[in-house]
Amino acid sequence: MIGDWLDIGPTDQIAPGNARTLPVRGGDEIAVFHTLDNQFYALVNKCPHKQGPLSQGIVHGNVVTCPLHNWNISLKTGEAQGDDEGCVPTIPLRVDAGRIYLLRSAVVPAKAPAASSVKAA
Amino acid sequence: MNAPMNFEKDRQGGDSRERLVVIGNGMAGCRAVEEILARDGSRYAISIFGAEPRVNYNRIMLSPVLAGEKAFDDIVINTAEWYDENDITLISGDPVEHIDRATQTVVSRSGRVEPYDRLLIATGSDPFIIPVPGHNLPGVVTFRDLDDVDKMLAAAEKGGSAVVIGGGLLGLEAAHGLSLRGMQVTVIHLMPTLMERQLDEAAGWLLKAELERRGQTILTGADTGEIMEKDGHVAGVRLKDGREIPADIVVMAVGIRPATALGKAAGLEVERGIMVDDHMVTSDPAIMAVGECVQHRGLCYGLVAPLWDMCRALADHATGAPTGYEGSVTSTKLKVSGIDLFSAGDFSGGDGCEDIVMRDAARGVYKRVVVKDGRLIGAVLYGDTADGSWYFDLLRKGEDIADIREALIFGQAFASGGALADPNAAVAALSDDAEICGCNGVSKGKVVGCILGGAHSLDAVRSACKASASCGSCTGLVESLLNLTLGGEIESGPKTVCKCTSFSHDDVRRLILEKELKAIPQVMQELHWTTPDGCHSCRPALNYYLLCAWPGEYEDDQKSRFVNERMHANIQKDGTYSVVPRMWGGLTNPRELRAIADVVEKFNAPMVKVTGGQRLDIFGIKKEDLPAVWADLNAAGMVSGHAYGKSLRTVKTCVGSEWCRFGTQDSTGLGVKIEQMTWGSWMPHKFKIAVSGCPRNCAEATIKDFGVVCVDSGYELHVGGNGGIKVRATDFLCKVATEEEAMEVCAAFTQLYREQAHYLERTAPWIERVGLDHVKAGLFDDPDAVRKLAARFHYSQQFMQDDPWAKRAAGEDAELHQHLAEVRPLEFV
Repeated sequence: MIGDWLDIGPTDQIAPGNARTLPVRGGDEIAVFHTLDNQFYALVNKCPHKQGPLSQGIVHGNVVTCPLHNWNISLKTGEAQGDDEGCVPTIPLRVDAGRIYLLRSAVVPAKAPAASSVKAA
Repeated sequence: MNAPMNFEKDRQGGDSRERLVVIGNGMAGCRAVEEILARDGSRYAISIFGAEPRVNYNRIMLSPVLAGEKAFDDIVINTAEWYDENDITLISGDPVEHIDRATQTVVSRSGRVEPYDRLLIATGSDPFIIPVPGHNLPGVVTFRDLDDVDKMLAAAEKGGSAVVIGGGLLGLEAAHGLSLRGMQVTVIHLMPTLMERQLDEAAGWLLKAELERRGQTILTGADTGEIMEKDGHVAGVRLKDGREIPADIVVMAVGIRPATALGKAAGLEVERGIMVDDHMVTSDPAIMAVGECVQHRGLCYGLVAPLWDMCRALADHATGAPTGYEGSVTSTKLKVSGIDLFSAGDFSGGDGCEDIVMRDAARGVYKRVVVKDGRLIGAVLYGDTADGSWYFDLLRKGEDIADIREALIFGQAFASGGALADPNAAVAALSDDAEICGCNGVSKGKVVGCILGGAHSLDAVRSACKASASCGSCTGLVESLLNLTLGGEIESGPKTVCKCTSFSHDDVRRLILEKELKAIPQVMQELHWTTPDGCHSCRPALNYYLLCAWPGEYEDDQKSRFVNERMHANIQKDGTYSVVPRMWGGLTNPRELRAIADVVEKFNAPMVKVTGGQRLDIFGIKKEDLPAVWADLNAAGMVSGHAYGKSLRTVKTCVGSEWCRFGTQDSTGLGVKIEQMTWGSWMPHKFKIAVSGCPRNCAEATIKDFGVVCVDSGYELHVGGNGGIKVRATDFLCKVATEEEAMEVCAAFTQLYREQAHYLERTAPWIERVGLDHVKAGLFDDPDAVRKLAARFHYSQQFMQDDPWAKRAAGEDAELHQHLAEVRPLEFV
């Protein structure tokens, strides 16, 4: 059934302190983060500075440090912290009964039809 | 209405009361009845169906019953007399099996039919059973009701060992009870942190350490594969990684789910729980539901506190004075005697959120409160929960805490103290003989005396009178005294590791050894880190310091590694990686070159480059292809070149006496031997070595971290060179006669650097900072020092020389390389 929320699998596939990626055909790759205090967040996997893959950064608190030039990006708002300026889009995410859901309309590129399918890697 | 005629207490029997039937004789059902009776004792004729053959008891007190701290009678809420006095018909041991909404009746297992005007579903929740092989063997129990407790007690009487699957609230309470009853208990928890829904990493670590101290075995990150069987009974648990844990009883406490089967079968709206509105009414106006079986505004609750509010709203509605329930903020306390633990609200942080952390290592205390927009929104307390209820109260009321913010973390007594709410004022108010530093017995008067005597920085105070020089928990007090005494003219001390701590790198390294700290959360707790889980600066530093201090013992923390060291390749600006296989001493052969050429073609690598370190760098490899690339390179005998690490990079050589007409020694051969000795070692920063066969120095040994220049009479050893941003030629260290001596000094110097330098400090700035004389003294003052340092290096290397590529190629940490999934909008399929 196709609803507003896209089920991307169980929470335990991302260990705390880590992130994993979700490529989107025709859209931006998404990074899904699991923080050390067990919150989940999703961002477009591109640092606003030089498009570094945020999924590969060190996660601390609810911030990820970009692996390319150490920009700190808020996982909640996508905004660069400190003196750096820039923002990366966030994807609304919810966790329900041990599974992670992303807001479908934020995942799928605007031009594509609302329907989509997820194929496990 | 179609009510059956065989009911003794129906209206035809002369009773004018409405008939209320309650399904569930648990805490929710009975509490709801109590609330209704308190409002209007004569409105309903009440019948309660219970599945368990006994009166209503306090389920959350089953843990103390298991632990032997309470008896069943102590936890009974409503005795048989209560049912009699209130004219309630209790049908226990006979669960309802069917609801017929058309006829407004319920049917029990024994066939009893009961008509209702209003029905209340309070079926609670069912324990979740992991459907692994063997889950229904005798000896596998859940932890939900008194029967489960009886089974556990029976098992405990025979002694032996128990496995508890699930390190959440319920699982840990079961483990504690079984442990007190004399069983050898192992807790298996899927996640890396115990009680991860209620605790952060820091508090979870403290809890784990305490439970282990009490004799329990805690396995985190452990995934149950199957329950093993022997003679038709449970015999143990086999984890997915192959480990086997023998057990005479296995308790499954991995979670609960709302018991919705009856509601669903009756056609009520059900998602995760039975859907209710703010008055606890389901999609059928005659049917209400309450407790753990319901879903209210999208939330299902598994704790007792929301029950009270739900039952109040339900009773208001059922007695004609509706008010409404607006959801609950919940808090958690672990009922394990001697362990004080409290958590409430949201501690996920975020923008505008500020963490206030206080750690007191001596007392084993960790406190963290989260403030947002001048209000408290979350709290985690470990070791001292005296202020839990105060924080919870502030949190629920959403009170403005701006006035008490500075002192909030110290608790109610301090924060409410008016003038004392300013920490400086509080310190100023202390008497001169008040103790500031408990470790070293230093009074306020003595600290102030030192400051007035010229100790104008934290470090100066530490060396003058030892205050805050040991555990550091009084650092804040000493800083306040510096402020008060000098009026803000404090000199800054040595650079701290990062903003998370007031300790310098040297202090952290020293204290890790002195206090035998062996895990990152432990260092953060004992050294009073001011953030819950550090930052991108301190996590990698602590990981290295622990790895260096406890070789073979400390388990590397991948999530504290910079991406290159986590992925064992160098990240490039487009997010792809470059791969550099090791070429010992810069030597290669046709087999290696063929394998590299094949990899380049197979994976369409857009560029191959000869590096400055005499090897080949393959560019443009995607993270998901890395394990396959490594497998191919491994097959040709090549291992990781560690071109990505704060580690030994290369040993550059010239061809030496084997070919060169000027060569004095076999520089290539020595280079290969040195690389074989040093490869795989983690360092404070990258580390490069070179061996030149004559003073013409073709291998550029005098701008390397460790350089060997061969001469006719032996080997000149040089240290501290750097060809980077700031070029620095090496300092001459010493001259030795043999290859063996050159290698021994190389190992010793490397180890001295590993043990003493700050994280991310190359040998050049390290030697500039400490001086060449210090390095020479460390190596040569004690005639045995070189041998001892080299021995420590070799010991450490046993655990380091394990090709990380081979492990990844074999499938370890596969999730680091794989996408979660791929989204393919239909248009693109």
